[in-house]
Amino acid sequence: MGTLRVLLFVSLMGVCALAQSPAYGVGRTPSAEEIRAWDIAIGPTGEELPPGRGTPKEGAQVYRAKCAGCHGATGIGGSSPILKSKAGPDVEHWARGRILPLRSPFATTVWDYINRAMPLNREGTLTADEVYALTAFLLYINDVIPEDAVLDPQSVPKVKMPIGDRYAALPEWKPRTPRLKDYPY
Amino acid sequence: MDSKRPARREFLKSGAALAGGFTLGAATPANGQAPPSPPMIKGDKDQIAYGDRSRFVTSVRIAHGGRPSPDAFGLVFHVATPLQDSVGVVTPSSLHFVGTTRGSYIPEIDPRTHRLLIHGMVDRPLTFTMEDLKRLPSVTRLHFMECAGNRTSPRAKTVQESHGMTSCAEWTGVLLSVLLKECGLKGGASWFVAEGSEEVKGASSMPIAKAMDDCVVAYGMNGEDLRPQQGFPLRLMVPGFEGIFHTKYLRRIKVVDRYYMNYNDYGHLDRDPKVAALEYQIGPKSVITFPSGGHQLPGRGSYEIRGLAWSGGGAIRKVEVSTDGGRRWNVAEIKGTAQRMAHARFTHQWNWDGNETELLSRCTDEIGQVQPSRAQVAQYWKVPLTPSYSVPGLDNTIQPWRIATDGSVHNGNA
Repeated sequence: MGTLRVLLFVSLMGVCALAQSPAYGVGRTPSAEEIRAWDIAIGPTGEELPPGRGTPKEGAQVYRAKCAGCHGATGIGGSSPILKSKAGPDVEHWARGRILPLRSPFATTVWDYINRAMPLNREGTLTADEVYALTAFLLYINDVIPEDAVLDPQSVPKVKMPIGDRYAALPEWKPRTPRLKDYPY
Repeated sequence: MDSKRPARREFLKSGAALAGGFTLGAATPANGQAPPSPPMIKGDKDQIAYGDRSRFVTSVRIAHGGRPSPDAFGLVFHVATPLQDSVGVVTPSSLHFVGTTRGSYIPEIDPRTHRLLIHGMVDRPLTFTMEDLKRLPSVTRLHFMECAGNRTSPRAKTVQESHGMTSCAEWTGVLLSVLLKECGLKGGASWFVAEGSEEVKGASSMPIAKAMDDCVVAYGMNGEDLRPQQGFPLRLMVPGFEGIFHTKYLRRIKVVDRYYMNYNDYGHLDRDPKVAALEYQIGPKSVITFPSGGHQLPGRGSYEIRGLAWSGGGAIRKVEVSTDGGRRWNVAEIKGTAQRMAHARFTHQWNWDGNETELLSRCTDEIGQVQPSRAQVAQYWKVPLTPSYSVPGLDNTIQPWRIATDGSVHNGNA
């Protein structure tokens, strides 16, 4: 009986594997080059980060030229969202407000957002070096990294963000299941 | 552009001339005579090509969230649906709510050049044109969408202000599971990142289980192509999840093995695992749309109470209405068959005796979740209930509408 079950299981797995081959044959295979050009989603490991480097000092120059007009000379006081926490490093990160992605556990989030979404109306015009430099500058003025830090594809994923691992893991999502057991609904 | 259209229309004031002798009495209606004929609208090319609604119907969307839309730069942030005037379950495409992450322009995309790339942890990365996608088997489903910021507040005067960031439309497209099977998921694939083509290129991480369950890569809405405000030419529908996940101008899906912590993702982090658990999937929620804040009842007598109910957990099974502030609950009638993750229209016939009272509704979905009151939620989190109390996670609490003796209707949370 046990053997039969195992056999049944194995044959079902076989069916599943077959179902994974294309059923319609529609769509075109993109080149590796094409995928690399499109792929701007930078994950926590930073594996997608392009070559380049930048320091807080270099970032300060880029910031003055391309960001200060909207975000203010010091990251505060512009027409656009503030980029420097008004609270110092001693204040708990949850109390610092949702500025930059300072609350993210990974500096890759900061790099990713500047690269994909800034500056307003000129998105995608920053060079990789400029994005590294701006990331370095903004993390420096928020007391996350020292002024002599160098950010590059290796160091960005290693930046210790203020939140550390002090955030709740997202619960596994299952279809047709309440979000939170015992919640009054 | 559109505002010029009525001006170009010629209203034939002399309807009598067209309709002949019957309308001669129109100017002086009297007992026993036919009602007067209305003026006639002459057909014009625009009306034939793409019809307008009556000029007497003035229900419109409004900016939501305390920020103008459009702003001085033409950016659109949040725009709310006029639920107080709604009938049935389908929100007209022109009145569907609009939400953008940070205030956004609408990309003007030529569908002939638009591509969807699926890559990452798949056996065969693939690029699809719009034409490719329309060759694949399609689904057509009714689904609501709701912005996570759709919460009631004591300041809200109308149901548009308190609940207008939800809408429901009929969506047509290809199941994402069909596309992912075409690409072949690799072992260990547990999340996917969906990305749009607008300036901010909004990217969100979602569980692969959701992709395989019921996500739709949609190109159609309410019987025609998507509207630009809703993501033309392609949008990801993530039924029952917060609005932000319904990625507009969809151009890329990347299959990954972890939460990718992109900009939209880190905003979902919370220190409390219970609050984090309330993100993503929208709880069971209902609201009475008539009578609601700002409506005026002309006097005592019979009224049809109308409302909408929806849940991210599935189809609505039951709606109850209280006309006495929650002492007694009556089972409301659900119109037609409630669909999964779609607005359900409910009604309850009510005889108003002219006394001050409060109208409430609550719903139950197919997995047994029951919409809570604000008091129940406050009790769960062990905090005092104040008028300004903001419930954690998505707000799916019961909305009370207070009927004053003069027939005016007010926000019961105020």
